[in-house]
Amino acid sequence: MILRLAPLLIVTLLVGPILAGLVMAMLPAFGYLPALGGTEFSLTPWRELFAQPGLARSVAISFSSGLVTTLISLTVVLLFLAGASGSRLDRWIRRMVSPLLSIPHAAAAFGLAFLIAPSGLISRLVSPGVTGWERPPDLLIVQDPWGLSLMAGLVIKEIPFLLLMSLAALPQLDPDRRVAMARSLGYRPTIAWLKAVMPALYPLIRLPVYAVIAYATSVVDVALILGPTLPPTLSVSILTWFHDPDLARRFMASAGAVLQLGVTAAALATWWCLECLVARLGRRWIDRGGRRRGELSLRLAGKGLILLATFTAFVGIASLALNSVAGFWRFPDVLPQGFTTSHWLRALPNLSGPVASTVLIATAATLIALVLTLAALENEQRTGRHPAQGRLVSSLGLLYLPLIVPQIAFLFGLVVVMESLGTRPQHALVIFGHLLFVLPYVFLSLSEAYRRFDPRWSQLALSLGASRNTAFWRVRLPMLLAPMLTACAVGLAVSIGQYLPTQLLGAGRVPTVTTEALSLAAGGNRRVIGVWALVQASLPLVGFIIAVGLPRLLWSNRRGMRGSP
Amino acid sequence: MKDRHHLVLKDIHIALDGVTLLALDAQVGPGEVLTVMGPSGSGKSTLLAYLAGFLSPAFLASGQALLDGHDITRLPAEQRGIGLLFQDPLLFPHLSVGGNLRFGMPRAISNKAERVEAALSQIGLAGFGQRDPATLSGGQKARVALMRLLLSEPCAVLLDEPFSKLDTHLRHEMRQLVFDRLRDAGLPSLLVTHDREDAEDAGGRVVELSH
Repeated sequence: MILRLAPLLIVTLLVGPILAGLVMAMLPAFGYLPALGGTEFSLTPWRELFAQPGLARSVAISFSSGLVTTLISLTVVLLFLAGASGSRLDRWIRRMVSPLLSIPHAAAAFGLAFLIAPSGLISRLVSPGVTGWERPPDLLIVQDPWGLSLMAGLVIKEIPFLLLMSLAALPQLDPDRRVAMARSLGYRPTIAWLKAVMPALYPLIRLPVYAVIAYATSVVDVALILGPTLPPTLSVSILTWFHDPDLARRFMASAGAVLQLGVTAAALATWWCLECLVARLGRRWIDRGGRRRGELSLRLAGKGLILLATFTAFVGIASLALNSVAGFWRFPDVLPQGFTTSHWLRALPNLSGPVASTVLIATAATLIALVLTLAALENEQRTGRHPAQGRLVSSLGLLYLPLIVPQIAFLFGLVVVMESLGTRPQHALVIFGHLLFVLPYVFLSLSEAYRRFDPRWSQLALSLGASRNTAFWRVRLPMLLAPMLTACAVGLAVSIGQYLPTQLLGAGRVPTVTTEALSLAAGGNRRVIGVWALVQASLPLVGFIIAVGLPRLLWSNRRGMRGSP
Repeated sequence: MKDRHHLVLKDIHIALDGVTLLALDAQVGPGEVLTVMGPSGSGKSTLLAYLAGFLSPAFLASGQALLDGHDITRLPAEQRGIGLLFQDPLLFPHLSVGGNLRFGMPRAISNKAERVEAALSQIGLAGFGQRDPATLSGGQKARVALMRLLLSEPCAVLLDEPFSKLDTHLRHEMRQLVFDRLRDAGLPSLLVTHDREDAEDAGGRVVELSH
């Protein structure tokens, strides 16, 4: 009975708040919000919004950074898959995907900033030798007005996401046989992959790609760290207006949120047109039958670009660590003159509260998501209703809803809803907000393993007289422990990285590692930022270490449980 | 284990999308093995799924399966008293050999540990209780799977080509063991296979499915 309600509950939990939030952003955008004295519909908020200086530029940067980020990330992932499959690099990158994905956006952005800033690690490495700089140059590299560093920061994080989604989708296409077939017809391996596998893969990763576009057009935390400031991206502007002491500005902020929705929709529509164009050109490219042209350069690009992105991410994290223990550090020196623990010691007393909050919220949101996911998947198994049979395809689309509707567009409205319901900002509300984003990821990462699980195990358990519940607890659950823990680690990582839901639903009164790290961004004290960002990056890693280590420990005496199912 | 069970299949008829897959009417007495033969795609596995209670709702099935006079077709799988032997031994990889044997034993049994030890020594695996099933050979796994089935005290048994994946030299030996045990336990059994030797060793009646 409870099981049967699970799918409905999930859909309600995901769709309800988003719809309510969108409505409550829409109404104030047209002047209606009785709580703040807006009792009549008007276009004033829009007039004010369009009178904001630099609005066009904000919109342009949000729009273009969304498209460019997605284009680069997808290209890198596809070229890598085409050019490196089966190589040693391929295996190494596959192992790196999960840890890379677990690095929160903010920590990766801080790492990149520390790397490319005028006084950052790269500049130090080439100075004064190559550049002749004796002191940090007065250049706006981080937070550049074109949003290039913002895009770079997003690309680093979106590559592992798209890669993981592709790797999950690939097995059902049997890429090895497709490539072998094309190669037997004379195609070089990389060309063979691009012509025989890619066209079939893209439809399977289309929703994740759309999620990347939506995320990159509306991201707040990365934009606060790497994005331009005068004017900032649209999403950051909206946040500033929303927090303005003058409450009347909330009307304009709401109009901005609706505009953000439009910008994201426009970016998605543009991408869709690009898709059609590329499909047409690609078909002609395939029809022409070229077998080897470009093989080498494509292969090198595929390997080189992913290596560059991976190293940037890891060196960025390393430079966070370096900064957090650095003593006096003169400019062109590559390493600090001395190391000190004082930054850590000074931060420790302030860390414990936010760390506890972060862990509590992440654990609660993940556990709720896990229970709901298991219930829905178990229900699917028991009723024999399979995702291929129409109905669940649509609800799978609904799972992506929180990932495709920009956070900033519906979270404001959700705050308004909660305020009018009289709910006080507190941990529970933040947990609920995180659940919206944790649930889809937990579901997406667990469903594959759950559905592929050999049905004979459960049939066998039943034929041995075990009840359905016994079969679930004693057979299915222990045998799926490893993928379950991985899904939990993903859920924890997603929750730990959340900035906007924590900030808005917690009304700034529920400090987590992420909100604290971001509040340091403006101050620019690298040593302190290093400490906080490193803590933020290592928390999800703990989850992944447990997810990998616990099954090995538990099943150390069970060879059949290693690497399966 | 010496109860005498009886399985009657009455006008079984299974169809998919309006097309008849198979129709069967048969009786299996205690200790008898009824062999159902047919090429792949003839609906053999569908028949077993129907009798065991796992038939996908896409199929339309009618007819009765009477086990000791009671119609079991409406019962949930775990209450039918029908044991299964698959192509693969399917020993639960997270349980020990002993844990696998205990998994199916009825709750009421008090001397489980002794029963498990006795069962293991009957198949030449005395002292293997704590072993990881993944460390057993193919033949040993198959024997453990058989004992697990018998210890769960089913009233009838369905065999889904249980010998097809064994090495040739093991196959004959395993057939003898399985059929002897089932006969001793007085269990009516239904074997589906496409291997004529299986049918010969089973020694019972043979029903051929066409298509």
